[in-house]
Amino acid sequence: MLRYLLEKEFKQIRRDAILPRIIFLLPVLQLLILPFAANFEMRNINLGIVDQDQSLTSRRLTDKVLSSGYFRLSDVAPSYDEALQRIENNTTDILLEIPSGFERDLGREAEVEVLIAANAVNGTKGGMGSAYLTQIIEQFNAERQGLATVSRVMPRFLFNPHLNYKNYMVPGILVFLITIISGFLTALNIVSEKERGTIEQINVTPIPKALFLLSKLIPFWIIGFILLTIGILITWIVYGLTPLGSFGVIYLFSAIYVIAFTGMGLAISSISSNQQQAMYTAFFFLIIFALLSGLFTPVSSMPPWAQTLTLFNPVRYFVEVMRMVYLKGSTLSDLSGYFGAVCLFAIAFNALAVISYRKKE
Amino acid sequence: MENGINIEGVSKGYGKVQALRGLSLTVRPGELFGLIGPDGAGKTTLFRILTTLLLADQGRATVCGRDVVQEMMRIRQLVGYMPGRFSLYPDLSVEENLRFFATVFQTTVEENMDLIRDIYVQIESFRKRRAGKLSGGMKQKLALCCAMIHRPEVLFLDEPTTGVDPVSRVEFWDMLDQLKTQGITILVSTPYMDEASRCDRIALMRDGQLLSVGTPSAIRSSYTHSLWAVRSAAMYPLLKDLRAFPATFSCFAFGDTHHLAFREEALKNKTEDQLKEELTAYLVEKKHTDLLLTKIEPGIEDCFMSLR
Repeated sequence: MLRYLLEKEFKQIRRDAILPRIIFLLPVLQLLILPFAANFEMRNINLGIVDQDQSLTSRRLTDKVLSSGYFRLSDVAPSYDEALQRIENNTTDILLEIPSGFERDLGREAEVEVLIAANAVNGTKGGMGSAYLTQIIEQFNAERQGLATVSRVMPRFLFNPHLNYKNYMVPGILVFLITIISGFLTALNIVSEKERGTIEQINVTPIPKALFLLSKLIPFWIIGFILLTIGILITWIVYGLTPLGSFGVIYLFSAIYVIAFTGMGLAISSISSNQQQAMYTAFFFLIIFALLSGLFTPVSSMPPWAQTLTLFNPVRYFVEVMRMVYLKGSTLSDLSGYFGAVCLFAIAFNALAVISYRKKE
Repeated sequence: MENGINIEGVSKGYGKVQALRGLSLTVRPGELFGLIGPDGAGKTTLFRILTTLLLADQGRATVCGRDVVQEMMRIRQLVGYMPGRFSLYPDLSVEENLRFFATVFQTTVEENMDLIRDIYVQIESFRKRRAGKLSGGMKQKLALCCAMIHRPEVLFLDEPTTGVDPVSRVEFWDMLDQLKTQGITILVSTPYMDEASRCDRIALMRDGQLLSVGTPSAIRSSYTHSLWAVRSAAMYPLLKDLRAFPATFSCFAFGDTHHLAFREEALKNKTEDQLKEELTAYLVEKKHTDLLLTKIEPGIEDCFMSLR
């Protein structure tokens, strides 16, 4: 009986005009575009320079700033006001004004002030930009006074030596793929049976409810695993990234995680009577889960109350597990706490689903 | 009570709305029974209770002698249900839908082909077509096939002819006649009064209650008023004038004529012809032209309107 139910599900998914394409386009696009687009490294900050000194020293400072690699010269303006205009029409992110008499005053060992004005509409860019710029000017100052070699900090980045942004973004994105497929497609699928009234026809048959629900979950478990595999392959081919830890850990964790999220999908489907409601509810949770997952903002830099909230976010655990297995090679025993957490989520979400279905009876 | 239906004092409310009010009814085995009533009469609610989809607030019901609550699973194997809304899988083909529902009932299409053959041949040429792409009448036929594929003993058809063209409607009732010869009990609901005559017995239903139960002819003959069809050049003023006529019991618009029933008291000391002449004089005085008055036999709808 289950075989025929599954056959029906797969037929329907295959015949859907959009679904199969989305299911397989989603991982490819997410993995190919997102790591490049969602880049937090501060490069290409547009810098405007107002050099009123036009001396050798002022040009040396300019060169030093530009050679740092963080900035791109967008504008050289004769006056501060003109440069400010560039900030107003968004072609310049940050500007550096060197006053006239810069070289002369420096030569007299006097205090000289340079002006940094940053466009804070994009807060990160403005903040990081002015920090970099200040640092470079300080360095310049030190070098000029012959103190350059006093002390230099040599950072060493463990597990991701080149601090490659993609290396920790990509494993996190794999998590999102599985989340969307297992949680939200399941919810939408069941609600669409409600919407079309076919669930009525199913309900008058002797099919046990559990079997019917299982026939809804299994296809998305299978698709989830296929997608995970595709994702892992893309990660390897495009980013040359393979997990240091074992695939077994990843797949085992995914299996429990998928059960947790299909349970959530079930709960959503039982409270929604049409696809709009299901979609909206799903989105509500997806966005909260995404923002609190640590994928974009590290959990440790969130305010304490938000850090507490992330404890109730299954996505957070999976993102961390993926990163740890991929970059650190963590093993099953290292991750036992995470496994415990995801098991609790699986139990809690499915219990929620059962309760909300009971209520409807 | 082999494959009949027995309903005793069933009530069901949705919040403030009372859909069924202590309804009792017995459908005999092998009967083609019509549940006739307007939208909102509670027909669908009754069907959902009988097909185990809904629990009644009060009362009990049995189908094939089995309780709809306690023996729910057994009943699901014994009944076929065709909801008012088309509810097969639109993205599966005709053949696949049929096969799916056969499998769900752990049987095969081939095993029960003899039962549905006469209906299935009409849609067989479309067997590869997706159910969602069928015309309205074809969808009804497929839905009936799917409801029949497990050889049910009782068939519940909720407004099967709503939204179906007149020719297909007649065809559909012909199919039901055929199924009846197989001994299947059929409970069918419809808002169309003209379909009532195709049933063995009917129940007129309104506001969650039964107004009258009996064979169509018995219900018609229970109508005791003298009934006339009246027509004139100006129909709407005519309706108002007819209702204002002292001997009028009731008057309703029926298509292109008004159906007028005289009070029984009015006929105690006058003949029908006298009354007719009196009415004609009254209407001429009210300046009605092209008058036409004919005595008619009551239809089910007249009975329904008189039961208040």
